[in-house]
Amino acid sequence: MKINLVVELEDKPGQLLKVLTPIAKYGGNIIGIIHNRKVQQKSVLVDVVFEIAEDRADKLLEEIKSSGITIRNVNEIKLSEKISVLLVGHIIHTDISDTINRIDSTGFAEVTEMDISMPELNKPSTALITISAVNKEKLEEALKILRKICEEKKIKVVEPLNEEA
Amino acid sequence: MIKIAIIGFGTVGQGVAELLLRKKNEIEERIGKFKVIAVADSKSSVVGDVDLEKALSEKKKRGRLSGNKTAMEIVEDFEYDVLFECTPTNVESGEPGLTHIKTALKRGKNVITSNKGPLVVAYNELCKLAEKNSCKLGFEATVGGAMPLIKLVKNDLAGSGILRIRGILNGTCNYILSRMEVERMPYEQILSEAIELGIAEADPSYDVKGIDAAAKLVIIANALLEKNVRFEDVHIEGIEDLTPEAFEVAVKRGYTIRLIAEVGETLRVSPRLVPLNHPLNIYGTLNAAEIITETAGRVFVIGRGAGKLETASAMISDLIDIYDRRDLRC
Repeated sequence: MKINLVVELEDKPGQLLKVLTPIAKYGGNIIGIIHNRKVQQKSVLVDVVFEIAEDRADKLLEEIKSSGITIRNVNEIKLSEKISVLLVGHIIHTDISDTINRIDSTGFAEVTEMDISMPELNKPSTALITISAVNKEKLEEALKILRKICEEKKIKVVEPLNEEA
Repeated sequence: MIKIAIIGFGTVGQGVAELLLRKKNEIEERIGKFKVIAVADSKSSVVGDVDLEKALSEKKKRGRLSGNKTAMEIVEDFEYDVLFECTPTNVESGEPGLTHIKTALKRGKNVITSNKGPLVVAYNELCKLAEKNSCKLGFEATVGGAMPLIKLVKNDLAGSGILRIRGILNGTCNYILSRMEVERMPYEQILSEAIELGIAEADPSYDVKGIDAAAKLVIIANALLEKNVRFEDVHIEGIEDLTPEAFEVAVKRGYTIRLIAEVGETLRVSPRLVPLNHPLNIYGTLNAAEIITETAGRVFVIGRGAGKLETASAMISDLIDIYDRRDLRC
């Protein structure tokens, strides 16, 4: 499962490790950290998005709490909206993992499916990728990021017909 | 007696002449008697009580008409009631059609055109001119050929709250893409066959780069959604980069690819994934449009987007729309 955890940390070195170390210990995979909102003189709010096996989540949160960290908010991120787009171009040679990472690292959207066809070396390849996001607005935002990446990498994006009125 | 002038005597102008001959009785039943008082192409003309049969055979045999009055002289000086403007499209300047249409409207003459250029360049100006001079401008033939769209939306869907319109507005692209879907052949190969068959122009860029579809989209946006937009406002992508593999991957997942022109919040012409069972998934040179409304749901039309008689038939429907004597309520 994917979790968005908001914690309040003292504004001094080493505090973030108190959150990240237990996540790593329970086998969690950190997707994104947003670390810039000062709430008071001496503390900051930090958003951590990570993935973790469902049966370990409770234990992990308890451990973070017991280390004295104030948890402001915990949310499971459900990717309820999805869209499939077709990419045509040099998808592999333009660093496919970078393309995927830049979507996944948003924390609100990820590439959940990918179907690639490579005809010949040095010829354009094709991929049908599915992006999932927490809601429609975030899906549109993820799509914008993808359009920008593909413009940079000269990959053609074929988007689906939008089925809403 | 309704007096007609035909300016532009290429494929479309000749198509109009043929239909005026062939459908004379049917048309006169609806609008009363008419006659053609002038026909002009870019370098010659025939004026007076024009014998269309003769004009058609003359043009066919000699490549020109017998007289020397210029198109502009006719548009400016002759006493016609309605001008059929069938000159070739130029989406940048709109000329020569733009000057013809403006001149006729300023004189209070009705105009029926198949020429996209003037409408893309100056839709609002032309509408104001028509209104000011109490005359009508018919342009059904500029979008989708014989496929009814302009009058369908303006008249039959009036009051339904048009939200978006999208569709396939270029038959050449659709022909290429539907063959790529079915035969999985490379784009270049199908394009060169299309050129050989006369489905694509020798210089196909106007079609395959999406320019033609974008011009039509601008007309739709201005005329049917009151957008007040220009050609430069359209985001345009063509079909040249598409590969057979793209179709393979798409079809495997239940989609095909079609060049879709869409106006809603934004204007764009681009290849899109279309579900295989979607009504816009049409094959060959056909055109199609989906009109998404607030109160009437979705309405689809499919028809022939180009061709001599198809385009002319849309112009004849404008003629009848302007002069119809019949009350359609019974």
